[in-house]
Amino acid sequence: MTFIYPTDSNKAHPLPLSPEYKSSIKRAPNKPLIPMRHTLSELTGPVYGQETVREGDNDLTRQHSGEPLGERIIVHGHVRDEDGRGVPNSLVEIWQANSCGRYVHVRDQHPAPLDPNFTGAGRTVSDAAGYYRFVSIKPGAYPWGNHHNAWRPAHIHLSVFGHSFVTRLVTQMYFPNDPLFPFDPIFNSVPDEKARARMVSSFDLENTQPEWALCYRFDIVLRGKNATPMENH
Amino acid sequence: MQDNGITPSQTVGPFFKYGLTPNGEYAWNDAFTNSTLTPDVSGERVRIEGRVFDGDGIAVPDVMLEIWQADAQGRFADPQDKRALPNASFRGFARCGTDKDGNYSFDTIKPGAVPDPDGKPQAPHILVAVFGRGMLRHLYTRIYFSDEAGNAADPVLALVPADRRTTLTAVREAGKAVYRLDLRLQGDNETVFFDV
Repeated sequence: MTFIYPTDSNKAHPLPLSPEYKSSIKRAPNKPLIPMRHTLSELTGPVYGQETVREGDNDLTRQHSGEPLGERIIVHGHVRDEDGRGVPNSLVEIWQANSCGRYVHVRDQHPAPLDPNFTGAGRTVSDAAGYYRFVSIKPGAYPWGNHHNAWRPAHIHLSVFGHSFVTRLVTQMYFPNDPLFPFDPIFNSVPDEKARARMVSSFDLENTQPEWALCYRFDIVLRGKNATPMENH
Repeated sequence: MQDNGITPSQTVGPFFKYGLTPNGEYAWNDAFTNSTLTPDVSGERVRIEGRVFDGDGIAVPDVMLEIWQADAQGRFADPQDKRALPNASFRGFARCGTDKDGNYSFDTIKPGAVPDPDGKPQAPHILVAVFGRGMLRHLYTRIYFSDEAGNAADPVLALVPADRRTTLTAVREAGKAVYRLDLRLQGDNETVFFDV
C-alpha cells in the first residue's frame, strides 16, 4: 500500500509558540516553516521489529526486585492510521513519573519520594493488527514552575514511529476526568477541543482484570492515508 | 467517540533521558545510539557534530535529535523503497540527546543521492527531527554537506532563501571526515525548518 500524508492533518498539533507554556517562548522558530513536497526521504522511515524489544519490556512493574507502589494499571490500544487501519510493527516507547509524581531523572527536584522498584520506562512493538499493551502503575500529578501553583495532570509520555519519518509522534496520554485539565498550558496548547480529547484515555472496565489492575484504553492515530482509496458506492 | 483525526503532539518534556537516551546512566537500555554504523556497511564514514541553541543563544542541554537517511547508494532500509535491496545491515536511523553544553554528534555514512518526486536527484542529505522541552511538536530540518556539488541544483534547497541555506549545510573540517553544523531554534541565523 502507498500512503500519503496530507499536511492539513497537522492542524491537530499545537502551534510551535504557545506563550502560556513559558518554555516555548525561546524555543519556537520565529520564521514560518518552509513547505515542500514529500520526497522518498520523507515517505520512508525506520523499520524496527521485535528485535528492538526484550521480553517483559512492556511491564514496568517487573523491572526490579520488588513491586512498585501505586495503583497497578494496564494501558492498551491500537496504533492506527487516518483511515482507521492498524499500524503493525510500530515501536511504542513510554516513560512516566512514579505514583508520587516523581521522575527518576536526576534533574527532577520535586520533593516526593523515588521508588526503588520503579524506573518508569518501557517499550513494545505493535502486533499485526496495530495492538499494543503495557502494564504499569498510575503516575501521580506533579508541580512545575511554569506559573503560580502549576501542576501537570497525570500523564504517560509516548513515542511512536509509524510508517514514515513524517508519522513520527511524541505525545502524552492523560487519564479521564482530570480536574487539572483546564489549568494545564501543555494540554491546552492543542487548539481543537476534539483533538485534545484524543489525548485522553478511556477507562476500560471490560479489560480491567478482577483482583489485579484497572485498565485504560488509548488508541493512537498517526498520519497516513491510502493514496488510492476504495470508492464507496 | 472514535474519529480518525490524528493524535496531537505534546512536548517530549525535560525528563525523557532515562526512557529514550539513557546511555548507561539509568536502569534502562538504549533502543538506539547516535551511530547508524554497522560492521558491513559500505560508504564513507563521517561524524556530524554541532551544538543546539535557543533564541537567547543559550546552549540547549535537553534536546533530542533523530536522523533518518539513505545508504551510500541512495537507498532506504525500508521496504517502501522499492528500488533495490538495502545496503547490508544498515538501518539509517540514529538518536542523540544533547549534553550539558548543547553538543550532539552522529557517526554515520555519507548518504547517496535520492530522487525527488519528479525523478530529479536530490543532493546527499539527512533528515533530522528535533524534540525538546518547550517544543510542543518536533521540528523537521535537513543536513546537507558543504563539499557536495549537487547542492546547487537540489530542489529542496532551492525552496530556501539563499541567505538561509548555510543553516542546513554541515561544513567539512579540513583533513577530517568530520562535518559541523549548529542548530538555532530561534533568532539570528535561525535554522530552516520544513512544513512536512
